[in-house]
Amino acid sequence: MTKSLIYSIIFHSLMVLLTVLTLPFMIRQPIDLPPIVSVELIQISDKTNIPYAPKARKVIEKVKKEEKRVVSEQAPPSAKAKEKPDRIPMPEEEKEEKKLVKKKQNQEEIKPEIRQSSEFEKKEIINTNEIAALIDKAKEEKALKETTKSELTQSSVKNSFATGLTLSEEDALRAQIFSCWSVPLGLPYDNNLLVRIKLQLKKDGTILKSEILDHERMNKPGQSFYKILAESALRAVRICQPLKVPPTGYNNWKDIQLNFDPTEMLRG
Amino acid sequence: MKKIIILSLIFIFYSNISHSLIKVDITRGNLDPLPVAISPLHVDVKSENIEDLKVKELGEKISEIVEKNFRSTGLFNPLEKDAFVQKPDIAHLKPRFEDWRLIKAQALVTGKILVKDGKLKVEFRLWDLTASKEILALAFTTTPSNWRRVAHIISDKIYERLTGESGYFDTRIIYVAENGPKTNRIKKLAIMDQDGANTKYLTLGNELVLTPRFNQSNQLVTYLSYFRNLPRVYLLDIETGIQEVVGNFPGMTFAPRFSPDGKKIIMSFAKDGNSDIYTMNLDTREVEKITEHSSIDTSPSYSPDGKYICFNSDRSGLQQIYVMKSDGSNVKRISFGKGLYGTPVWSPRGDLIAFTKVSKGRFYIGVMRPDGTGERLLTENFYQEAPSWSPNGRVLIFYRETKSGPKGKGFSAKLWSIDITGYNERKIRTETDASDPSWSSLLSN
Repeated sequence: MTKSLIYSIIFHSLMVLLTVLTLPFMIRQPIDLPPIVSVELIQISDKTNIPYAPKARKVIEKVKKEEKRVVSEQAPPSAKAKEKPDRIPMPEEEKEEKKLVKKKQNQEEIKPEIRQSSEFEKKEIINTNEIAALIDKAKEEKALKETTKSELTQSSVKNSFATGLTLSEEDALRAQIFSCWSVPLGLPYDNNLLVRIKLQLKKDGTILKSEILDHERMNKPGQSFYKILAESALRAVRICQPLKVPPTGYNNWKDIQLNFDPTEMLRG
Repeated sequence: MKKIIILSLIFIFYSNISHSLIKVDITRGNLDPLPVAISPLHVDVKSENIEDLKVKELGEKISEIVEKNFRSTGLFNPLEKDAFVQKPDIAHLKPRFEDWRLIKAQALVTGKILVKDGKLKVEFRLWDLTASKEILALAFTTTPSNWRRVAHIISDKIYERLTGESGYFDTRIIYVAENGPKTNRIKKLAIMDQDGANTKYLTLGNELVLTPRFNQSNQLVTYLSYFRNLPRVYLLDIETGIQEVVGNFPGMTFAPRFSPDGKKIIMSFAKDGNSDIYTMNLDTREVEKITEHSSIDTSPSYSPDGKYICFNSDRSGLQQIYVMKSDGSNVKRISFGKGLYGTPVWSPRGDLIAFTKVSKGRFYIGVMRPDGTGERLLTENFYQEAPSWSPNGRVLIFYRETKSGPKGKGFSAKLWSIDITGYNERKIRTETDASDPSWSSLLSN
């Protein structure tokens, strides 16, 4: 009797645990309330214009009559809008540039034996030993490629097993959102500004529902930076939709969490 | 029994895996300016006419100023008005979000103007086009002649809502306006809006003026002037135009600057052949010596909380930047790079110190953290110096001189601004040559 009672308790508690962990409706979705927008009426002081220095007035008026007034405006923005910024490269950046140049040079130094030959050149190849060597080399390369491929597949499977997306699928999604996210550059880099957004997706990658996981932080006093960042992240996912998702395995990726962390970018 | 437990555990493990949430970290984004549509403000038909002011054009003019302000930041890309899809009055009531999204706008600014009983009422709204909702709505009333300021205040409010930091558009810049050949320059104090409009001259130019600096309330300016070859520190009330001599100081005197509470002036002057840093209490006129060293200590600047002072000194042999407590204790060197470091200025945010660096005959404007780490050089030129911070600590203004030819020909001095990221370097147009700029804090605070 006691044995069966123990079995029953264990079995039922397991069932309850399973239900909590597996059924999504058990987790109550927080309500995403829109922020309250108030209209503020501001009175600007009437006395805001600076008078000329009393003595200077007459002289200035005289000078103004003599000289043609130069139009005073800020430099036209279009001249520099899309130019490369005139920033001084730091020593590390210079080093990187040098390395890049070197790489290009190396690419040009292709060894003659692995140089691709044209159709005409191929006809001139008559040394059978060389051909055999080339075939052997091709076999070796093929084997090497296959090994790499199998390694990649293994890691993809591993990632897929963990997250439901392969590495390349995850990278494609990440790259897509990178291009849509305009990071608000005025944010302080030393604050904890991680924004987590949970998305519910349709099969075609469009967004069915978006939810900021720490949304209560948005309306807390002193968290204006967080609010700005969260809004920019939401804008990014809305602009980006439909998201680049795999054609299969909808159940694996229909719920997805994006963690937006601008710290690296803001530190520069 | 064991089997059942093991099987149940395996089942739980697998069911967890099948429902584990995919998490993707987004650590990079684009730095492209945010596309914004700034619709002309709708002028209410009930508006009265006012002398010297074309009320009908006011809506267009205000939106143009907002647009210019935004473009100058480098953070926004105001879209061409030709592409706009709705009339200003209808857009202000209810924008067709999907249509605005078609022109790739992410935010929309709309507004309305009414001139009644000699007062100008301006109302504006900021819309998030991707979320299809209003995110800011404000209204202002003022005298109609203040319409430019209203445009700047609108720009500040939108900037703050979209970037998370306060704006810097409703501000002024005081500088030294220069005229004439290099050997015989006439220097006057001048003040203008941050966008270069409304230039006014505050002195006549018969005395040499240097290094004007605002106090926190923007009401007072302190500057240095040479009268009969003697340096004097002045206080100037820019609303009334009244000037006051704070004191005559012996020898070389440099760069007076207000303390953050506005009660003191900090400066350096030479006494007995040695330059040290002093403060003067503006109420009691008492002078207190802050540094006591045989080296040349100059260019002091307070931290925003008033607890620390940064300055430059040659006590290590070469001119470098130092930080100390405001009572002169705990002096610490913070710059260690090759070359000379000078004119340190503490950011209003407190997180950075801007400086001028001279290395191998070239001049750099740069920033570093108050502990000396994270030094970044933002811009390099033949001759440039005297950085001053925008009130939000995002932009630096400084002046740059060109090489002059024989007999001083071809010489010019102009104001430039640069973002602390090193992007968006811009020339600020002034009526004359200009040097020694100082940026005010926000006027609308």
